[in-house]
Amino acid sequence: MEYTEIVTEAISTLTVNKLRTGLATLGIVIGIGSVIALISLGQASAQAIQSQIQSLGSNLLTVQPSGQNQGGVRGAAGGGTTLTLEDAEAIQKSSQITTINKVSPEYSSRTQVTTGRTNTNTQVIGVTPVYAEIRKVQMDLGNFINEAQINSMAKVAVLGPTVVENLFGENANPIGQTIRISGQTFTIIGVTASRGGTGFQNQDDIVWVPISTAQKQLFGASHVTSIALEAKSADVMVDAQNQVGYLLLARHKLSDPADKDFSIFNQQDLLNTVNQTTGTFTTLLAGVAAISLLVGGIGIMNIMLVTVTERTREIGLRKALGAKKKVIITQFLVESIILTFVGGIIGTGVGILASYIISSFTSFPFVISPDSIILAFAVSAAIGILFGWYPAQKAANLQPIEALRYE
Amino acid sequence: MIQISHVSKIYKSGTVETVALNDVSFEIKKGEFAAIMGPSGSGKSTLMHILGALDTPTSGTYILDRENVEKLSDDQLAEIRNRKIGFVFQAFNLLPRRTALQNVMLPLVYAGVPKEERIERAKKYLDMVGLSDRLEHTSNQLSGGQQQRVAIARSLVLNPAILLADEPTGNIASSQAAEIMEIFQDLNKEGHTIIMITHEADIAQHAKRTIHIRDGRIVNDGNNHKQKKANK
Repeated sequence: MEYTEIVTEAISTLTVNKLRTGLATLGIVIGIGSVIALISLGQASAQAIQSQIQSLGSNLLTVQPSGQNQGGVRGAAGGGTTLTLEDAEAIQKSSQITTINKVSPEYSSRTQVTTGRTNTNTQVIGVTPVYAEIRKVQMDLGNFINEAQINSMAKVAVLGPTVVENLFGENANPIGQTIRISGQTFTIIGVTASRGGTGFQNQDDIVWVPISTAQKQLFGASHVTSIALEAKSADVMVDAQNQVGYLLLARHKLSDPADKDFSIFNQQDLLNTVNQTTGTFTTLLAGVAAISLLVGGIGIMNIMLVTVTERTREIGLRKALGAKKKVIITQFLVESIILTFVGGIIGTGVGILASYIISSFTSFPFVISPDSIILAFAVSAAIGILFGWYPAQKAANLQPIEALRYE
Repeated sequence: MIQISHVSKIYKSGTVETVALNDVSFEIKKGEFAAIMGPSGSGKSTLMHILGALDTPTSGTYILDRENVEKLSDDQLAEIRNRKIGFVFQAFNLLPRRTALQNVMLPLVYAGVPKEERIERAKKYLDMVGLSDRLEHTSNQLSGGQQQRVAIARSLVLNPAILLADEPTGNIASSQAAEIMEIFQDLNKEGHTIIMITHEADIAQHAKRTIHIRDGRIVNDGNNHKQKKANK
């Protein structure tokens, strides 16, 4: 018996009871569809978070003062005053540090910002021009802060789009207008392009001012709250971390690394953590979907068992006319494989469609990995064989006399 | 052609043994038309299953067309049934929703005959039973007599050594039953060996020889022709 004939035979048998065939297939459609859609959802969310993190700057290290142990009480991280502009300059100039491209000292604080009529509470960050390069800030209107404005302690400000919206309304052009920060008047010189939230902080709800102005005019501080560093490449991140660490220990006259009054955060560590988390998340989603696939498989087995019982006479006749066990097994296996395979094809379509719909309603990218499709097909064929095997065996082992007698 | 010697069949159900056939021996020669008669429970169905290689005897030997059949595996028995035995059942046992042509081709499919040849041979035998105008009819579009004629065409399509008919007219109106018996007699005249199982004496009369079976034993084995003469 040629295979094309077995397949046409199986298809004609399956089309006899279309409703039952459809329902049996539906289980697999839902199973495969949800596996594909959920894997896609997991990968899409991972990509979205990664690209957001990377949009904040690549190969980024952040130095922050850490809480110091003072009489056994540990202060909050970032609350220290141990980092200074001189530390930043030293990192920039030191001959021992070979792995750092750019250094951006920052002074950040939350404060009230007002126009005459409106006000908002937002993040004010004192920065140098390097900030825009390291953090990949794009301008929508006007310019970012320049060197001359730092030297002159100019009272100029660059606003994020959310701040503009809160203070001036949507789509307003505030360039040249003034705002008051802690009671002092600043002229707006630029508005940044929107970057969206990162999951940690809204990157659009920030006011940038020259760092000198922030330290001396606004907050009266001599320290910086963080120093952002850009390493030359992703490969030297760990070296950069060590070099900066040793330099700062020396500068702060600390001999024991355990006493260090700063922490260095590596963006790669963050990315790895995020990848790990989203990976776990994706596996979890796929696991849940796999359960529905299993249920679909059991549905196929159930239908095949019903079919075997229903067609006992037919099987008996076929055996009486000379069908060998292998032929009967093949016939039933091919039927169940066709069921699951068709279910797999439709399910893949449904899964891709579902992922597309999800991506169009959210900010997630539309990601379908070929792996998940190959996996879906392999799994659906395997389910066909696995759950079709027992019913097929049952059919093949029927005794022709018993089967012929069966009413 | 067929040699049954000292065949017994014992069914065991727990500790209870039921003897269905008890030391049965007979021989059927090529070209014979034999009827096996007996009341229900006489063991004639068991005998038919053994003759049809659907079942194996508990003891004794069965030689069909020079081959020992009694100790073969399931698949070997399937091959014997395919090549050497043509079955005609009481309930016709055609595949539903398949055409007459597809039904007749089924044994050829299992024998591995190529598709073109299958169609040709199936048409030839359907023509022989007078159904050449019903090739594409499905079994539910045919009368009982027509269905049984399709089944006869199916049983002949591989030119088997014996034709085994189990109550072939049991489900058919009497007018059509006569047609079926005519076909059997024609086939017998052409040289086909036919064994027919029945409990109806008038149907058994169409055969040349009748083997009476009761309680698992042969009680009478005689030539119908001679008996008919004796009756006259």
